[in-house]
Amino acid sequence: MSTVQEVVTEAPVIEDAIPKKAMALGPVASLVILALLIATPLFVKNFIIFQMTMWLIYAIAVLALNILTGASGQFSLGQSAFYALGAYTSAILMEHGDINYVLTLPVAGLICFIAGFLFGLPALRLSGIYLALATFALATAMPQLLKLGVFEHWTGGVQGLVVTKPDAPAILASLGLKVSQDMWLYYFTLAVSILIYIFSVNLLRSRSGRAMMAIRDNEIAASAMGVDVSLYKTLAFGVSAGITGVAGGLGAIAVQFVAPDGYTIQLAVALFLGMVVGGVGWLPGSLAGAAFIVFVPNIAESVSKGLSGAVFGVILILIIFLVPHGARQIAYGAQGLIGKLRRN
Amino acid sequence: MPAIRSRAASITVAATIAVAVSGGTALAQKKYDTGATDTEIKIGNIMPYSGPASAYGVIGKMEDAYFKMINEQGGINGRKINYISYDDGYSPPKAVEQARKLVESDEVLFIASSLGTPSNSAIQKYMNAKKVPQLFVATGATKFGDHKDFPWTMGWQPAYQSEGRIYAAYLLKEKPDAKVAVMYQNDDFGKDLLKGLKDGLGAKAASMIVAEESYEVSEPTIDSHIVKLKSLGADTFVSITTPKFAAQAIKKVAELGWKPVYIQSNVGASVGSVMKPAGYENGQGILSANYAKDGADSSWDNDEGMKKFYAFLAKYAPTMDRSDGSVVYGYGQAQTIVQVLKQAGDNLTRENIMKEAANLKAFAPDTLLPGVTITTTAKDFYPIEQLQMQRFKGEKWELFGPIIAGQLGE
Repeated sequence: MSTVQEVVTEAPVIEDAIPKKAMALGPVASLVILALLIATPLFVKNFIIFQMTMWLIYAIAVLALNILTGASGQFSLGQSAFYALGAYTSAILMEHGDINYVLTLPVAGLICFIAGFLFGLPALRLSGIYLALATFALATAMPQLLKLGVFEHWTGGVQGLVVTKPDAPAILASLGLKVSQDMWLYYFTLAVSILIYIFSVNLLRSRSGRAMMAIRDNEIAASAMGVDVSLYKTLAFGVSAGITGVAGGLGAIAVQFVAPDGYTIQLAVALFLGMVVGGVGWLPGSLAGAAFIVFVPNIAESVSKGLSGAVFGVILILIIFLVPHGARQIAYGAQGLIGKLRRN
Repeated sequence: MPAIRSRAASITVAATIAVAVSGGTALAQKKYDTGATDTEIKIGNIMPYSGPASAYGVIGKMEDAYFKMINEQGGINGRKINYISYDDGYSPPKAVEQARKLVESDEVLFIASSLGTPSNSAIQKYMNAKKVPQLFVATGATKFGDHKDFPWTMGWQPAYQSEGRIYAAYLLKEKPDAKVAVMYQNDDFGKDLLKGLKDGLGAKAASMIVAEESYEVSEPTIDSHIVKLKSLGADTFVSITTPKFAAQAIKKVAELGWKPVYIQSNVGASVGSVMKPAGYENGQGILSANYAKDGADSSWDNDEGMKKFYAFLAKYAPTMDRSDGSVVYGYGQAQTIVQVLKQAGDNLTRENIMKEAANLKAFAPDTLLPGVTITTTAKDFYPIEQLQMQRFKGEKWELFGPIIAGQLGE
């Protein structure tokens, strides 16, 4: 109750400066969403479960971008590169190294963290649209790098790499539970998502998170207060890339295939779109944003096959005009309404 | 309710008559898997209607139009075709999503003509695990004819390696002392065709091929590669390229005054999209191989098959460009699918569809070259394996020599 009211009173100022508590949902709302996420797969077809898995995976990737842009104020159009790196790391470890899929995820995350951190160093000199361009270059370069003959033995070159889908652990079957591969992968992804969400919320509430937000709001003021600007900027890049890498690894396992064509600039743009639609800097919005990039293209296609791109564009423009702050705005609107009703 | 029952009854009667007329070759009892009923056959398809390869989307539109015609003519054995085609934007993860949607949500009998090597590679394992046929994939990658490991996947067009072998055979016969320079697109298509060429040249490959250059699809121009290849003293040029680059290469070679024996891969040999923009005068004497009739070539105007094709276009797809190779392609594929369904008769199980797809005997779609036919067996999952050499003269390709088989099946 108290949290709802707090958020409501804060709502008007949210447009410009985001108070740290507003980056997450209240406990009641979180639990409702979690319950829905846990219960829904029990009642739907495997195909829907697969779509939901992809939805969660993209949500993780959007969340990662949200940390970078929403919290530290840096732009990136290169998330697809880190996503690809994570996907290939997992795929290669699983197929060439025979390593358990669960263990490949931390490795994918670590490698991407290092890659992101290192990329963050030269990116320090750039800001705003220039940084966006530099990351854009990364995204366009990645599919070609993956095709290079030097790595072909590992990456499968242009042919890509087929990944074996993991079965549910035998222990579940011995307990008499029938869990399909899709369902198991969904709950596994959900568990990873929750871990990452909790980690992210705590990160943003910590000293480091506050430092990042200070940099976002005013770099000079932040450095005057003693924040190590370059460290936190590169750290944000690293964390964001690491989380994206985990999403990429999960994506490779869910799709069972990695190929350079799966990780083009279009993916980076889609993730960026997801972040904007979900609300920049509002972590739960990642779910809404990912839902947008997974489901809306299908809706657009069912409206018109030849003009699916145009329909998608119209929907996007409508959203940006009507709710420029994305899902965050709708959520706060709803909370405000509930708050009013309760007071009456 | 009675109306429905009587219609079903009349269809049963019609089917029984059909069986009786055809001499009882088809099984009398009907067998169905998901996606087939007394009145309908659901076929799934995945196409890049958006994204970098959207030009190929016309294949899906052509098939849709063709099945519309079949349905207007009463369908196949009384069953209407319900063709469900989705967009994957040439993205493998999206292709997986769409394939699962088709199989698990729309519940199609099989998926046909899904386009692109990456997308088909992505869904191949899934389709085979689900035992749903992945028929006549629209790519020439050689790996889609692997009947042992992937008994539910089959190609259609000549495999790129077959084409490469045919060029090799030509060179070994006509110019055994050739110094060959190869330029290829750095992707599955380019590498696959190059492998066929090298395999075909065999032991002589190392001595005959003096230079190899690859280019990326994203390069704006490939002029520098050509200048380099010319400087290496080659007298034969094999251009394994897609339309835009094929046209650039033809122009640049002419501009440099280089006069090699010029072999152009079939993918980049369209008159409308390559030879015309490159300039007819620059393309004289260029060699290539083909398996289908060219819609832009007026010499086919009196051909029976092409007359049917043009009549179909005029009525069901008037906006389609007949000189577009993909239009001809989609028509031929749709005809092959219909042939498989006709052969399957009333036994519309997935297993039988696959069995009949691997049981095509010298089937000749309207749009294939005279003499080129489709033959498959349980051990040969490469439907079209024949090509004929052609030489560019005036404003069109002139076929010459015999029909050659690429010999990849067992």
